[in-house]
Order: sequence, then structure tokens, then C-alpha cells
Amino acid sequence: MVAVEPEKKADRWDPGVHSYASMGYFDADYEPKETDVLAVFRVTPQPGVDPIEAAAAVAGESSTATWTVVWTDRLTANSHYQAKAYRVEDVPGRPGEYFAYIAYDLDLFEEGSVANLTSSIIGNVFGFKPLSALRLEDMRIPVSYVKTFQGPAHGIVMEREHLNKYGRPLLGATVKPKLGLSARNYGRVIYEACKGGLDFTKDDENINSQPFMRWRDRFLFSMEGVNRAMAETGEVKGHFLNVTAATMEDMYERAEFAKELGSVVVMIDLTVGYTAMQSMANWARRNGVLLHLHRAGHSTFTRQKTHGVSFRVLAKWCRLIGVDHLHAGTVVGKLEGDPATTRGFYDTMREDYVPTNPANGIFFDQHWASMPGVLPVASGGIHAGQMHQLLDLFGDDVILQFGGGTIGHPLGIAAGAEANRVALEAVVKARNEGRDLLREGPDILRVAAGSNRALEAALATWGDVTFDYTSTDAPDAVPTASY
Amino acid sequence: MQLRHGAFSYLPDLTDDEIALQVRYALDHGWPVSIEHTDDPHPRNIYWEMWGLPLFDLIEPDGVMAEIAACRGAFPRHYVRVLAYDARLGRQTTALSFLVQRPAHEPGFELARTEGAGRAQAYQVKTYAAAAPPGERYAD
Repeated sequence: MVAVEPEKKADRWDPGVHSYASMGYFDADYEPKETDVLAVFRVTPQPGVDPIEAAAAVAGESSTATWTVVWTDRLTANSHYQAKAYRVEDVPGRPGEYFAYIAYDLDLFEEGSVANLTSSIIGNVFGFKPLSALRLEDMRIPVSYVKTFQGPAHGIVMEREHLNKYGRPLLGATVKPKLGLSARNYGRVIYEACKGGLDFTKDDENINSQPFMRWRDRFLFSMEGVNRAMAETGEVKGHFLNVTAATMEDMYERAEFAKELGSVVVMIDLTVGYTAMQSMANWARRNGVLLHLHRAGHSTFTRQKTHGVSFRVLAKWCRLIGVDHLHAGTVVGKLEGDPATTRGFYDTMREDYVPTNPANGIFFDQHWASMPGVLPVASGGIHAGQMHQLLDLFGDDVILQFGGGTIGHPLGIAAGAEANRVALEAVVKARNEGRDLLREGPDILRVAAGSNRALEAALATWGDVTFDYTSTDAPDAVPTASY
Repeated sequence: MQLRHGAFSYLPDLTDDEIALQVRYALDHGWPVSIEHTDDPHPRNIYWEMWGLPLFDLIEPDGVMAEIAACRGAFPRHYVRVLAYDARLGRQTTALSFLVQRPAHEPGFELARTEGAGRAQAYQVKTYAAAAPPGERYAD
């Protein structure tokens, strides 16, 4: 921290309103410490607002500052607690937008609390009037802070060892229709899909405990389907029982019942909030039940480039919080997903060390200090005809979820599941044999369909379906950060 | 029934040439390969019998193929699987697993139920073949 000139120091404490920069919230010479939490924001100042001052204001409002000088700051080691904007850059090709890099001392945050971290970093500041928009693009969580979190209740390796499944992506399907099925009909879908060859089925985010199907009934019939399918195939199966509810007490009650019934996995929605997610992650670790997270609602703040929080940041928080599964995009399916940006999400969830990579939207080197990885879930508008692309994009450590692409199969749900499993195994086998998936994929699938009627029908139904729209959230490449 | 186990159990059984290609893929990644067999393929039976130690430091699949043949010869009615192991930091687990032999007749699994209070049932998956003592299973 640069020493402040004596006369400036006197000015600094004069009552009234000063620029944030002059109060020490911008410091171009600041060298971030290894233990600092770093954040990069995309700042869009109101017309006439200086970008440096805007960056300083973000640093101030997300740490110690208020709108006017308060003498009580002088009772603290103020410069220690002040966040410091230390670099401001133009966003390439986006006039009026700036990347502001801000460093926060570790002392600003409670150990092991994403609620506290987010209350600071995305607390008041997003409504700050001098900014027309603000987006949290990325964060560097220092190892010293990473180590205060539990992390994924099980992680990718433990999940594979528990399920006894290796060397291929896992397959799932969300039960459809999302709403309205009775418990008996619901369990039928689960049985057929798991028997046909899927590893998992899944409640949708908005299936909780509605009048048409109460949670306890759903759990009973779901586990009947799961266990029948295990006996039919000799494979471990699971259904993501959504325990999302109005209160923590309700969620614990539902999770405990799922555990008693022998479910290998329970599920929560992002809408329950960070604290509830962390409580459920602790429960999942304690009870040996995998924890699936559906990112319901995330697009309200992750999708638009200029305002909100990037999903890569949310993915980091979710790894700290300790979920085992997290939806992270399909690229080729029906929902938002630029390939490079999505790659960055997957790296953030799965790798132990993620180096700075502006092309994928990664602004900082991130070390996870052996914290286990989160298994990404690709879900939404994907089908068996895209299997070679999905394997090429995501590799083995991913859950591929085909809801419509299983249940909508013309020969039935079990056939839909079988088509997906045969397609998956055929492309994994071909990749391992050294074949070029992107070039030969369609051929590989066609040959596999030659000896499998279910896959043949799937390709005939969906083979040509694609969702080609421009992504709203593509990275704006920046020069490699020195920090 | 047909046991679904390992990465390729929904495809036609792999030929020896196809198995050798998968073994080569493992060896090219530096993954030692091992062979295991069992006469109790219960989905929760993690520890199949090891056919010797993992085959470290091989470059060509031939040695693995010879061991697969020897294991099949010794246990013609057992399930036999090949596993590749990734010892890298952060991984340290199986990287690939697939069947290379299954018995001619697969009776499958029974789903036993115990009915409890509140309509809840306790489920138990049982291997039909395991009702017979080891050595007398999968006789035909």
C-alpha cells in the first residue's frame, strides 16, 4: 500500500463527500497479496463518470466505504480493510465498458461462508447510481480461503467409486412432463428410463410437493422404480429426489426420508439460497448421499453481459459450497452456452488448477488445493444424434441429461434410454480406438444404429435437430492478466 | 438378463481385437491395466477377485491379452473385466472398466422387499447365482 501524503491525509478525513479514488479505493501501485480475494468487474459508468472513479467506487461500496467520510474509520486500520481497485482496462470492442480489478484482504470475510463472501462482493454495490451496469466477471479465491470450505460432499472421484462406473459420461433424464404426473405414473418413467440404460433420472426444479403429487408419495414410487431397474440391469441407479422446500426443517425431513429409502442422491435448487445449499452440502457429506444442484433462476443474473454475475463465479461459489453436481450448459442444446465460455465453466468445476485464459473467460489463475471437483451436468435440448459432439466437448466427467430425448422416443421410454446409452458407448469406444469423433461421429452412430433399433429410431426422429442461436455471453478477450 | 457392467455393456461383446484397442488406449495414457473376475456380479460387489497384480510398465497390449486369455481359461464361467488405473494426483482411481467375458447363462438378480410402516419398503437386490456356494455358480 502506497503511503498517503500528509496534507492529502488531512484532506482525506475532512467531513463531507470525497472521491472514492482519493480515499484510497484506487491504487495503481497495489500488488495483490497471495491471500487477497481478487475480483474483476465489468463496469459501465454513467455518462460523464470517470472509469477510475467508478472502479474505486465499486471497491469502496463492496468493502468499507459509505457515501461520506465518517470519523469512525479512524478507529480502525482503515487502509487494511479498504478494497483496492488496482487496474482498470477498456473492454475490447465494447466502448464505455471497463474491466476493474479489485483486491480484498482476507480479513473482510468470514471463514467458510459464501453468504458472507457474496454479501460483501455483490451486496449493495450493484444498485450504485453512478454506474449504469455492473457485472462480476470472475474471482480469484485464494487457497487460504478455499481451505476454510468443506467443498463437494463427495466429488467426482468418490461418486464414480460409489456408483462403480468409470470411463464414460453418466446418463440421466429429467422426468417429463415436469408437472402434473401422479406418483404412480412418475415412478413408471423412472423405472423405464433406468431399466433402459440411464444411470440417473431427475426431478425437475419445480417439482417439490404440489397437490397433484406430494413429496413423500413421489419418493416412495421413485425408489420403487430405481430398485426395480437395479435388479433388472445389475447396475447402481439413482433418482435425484428434489428436497427443495420452504424451510430448512422441511428440507432436512425430506432428505432424511430419501436416505432411509436408500437413495444414493438428493437434489436442491439454487433458489434455496447459499446458506441452505451449504447446510445441505454438510448434510450430504455427513450422510453419504450425493448432492445434485439445479441452477434454477441463475439466468436472471448470469446471462446478460453487462450486468449481474458470470456463471463462472457462481460455479466457483458452488464448488466452495460443496455440491456434487451442477448444471453447466450443453453448448449444442436449447439453452444459452457459448463453447469457449462453457469450457471455462467446466474447467472451473473439474480441474485442480485453472490457469488464466481470457479466450475462455478465465481472468485469474485459480488453485483449488485438492478440493474435489464438481460433476457438471449438460441438460436441455440434447439428443442421441449429438453424442459425438457432446463427448468431444465435455469428455468423460459429465452427466448428459436427455429428458425429451429419452421420454419422447417413438418406441417408448426404455427404448429412448437404450438409444442414448448405445450411442454413448459407441462413441466412447470409437474415441478410445483413436477415431476422429467430429469427422466420423455421424458414421459411428449410424453403424451402431445398424444393430440397435432403438438408436435407429432416435436418429430418424431427432438426427437433424439443432439449436443454432447467437450466444449473449461470449468472452471479450483481454490481454493476459499479469495477476 | 444381460449384466450391465462397465463402459460397453450395451454394445455387442467386444472381440479380442477390439479389446486390444481399448487396452492400447489405456497404455497410451500410462494407465496400468488389471484383470478381475467374479461369480457374484452384485452391483455393490466392488471387490472382484484380482487375476494377479496390475500390469505395470507395459507398452504393448499383448501381455494383457495373454493374461485375459489365461483368466478366461481358468474361470470360463465367471464374469471377467479389464480395468485401467489412473494414478495421477487428483484422480487416483479407475479410469476405465469393461467386461471381457460373461457366463453363457445369466440368471440376474432378485429384488427382495420388506414392507414397513407408512408404505415404505426396504429393498434388497440379491444375485440369484450367489444362492449356490462359490464354485457351483453359473454351472450351465
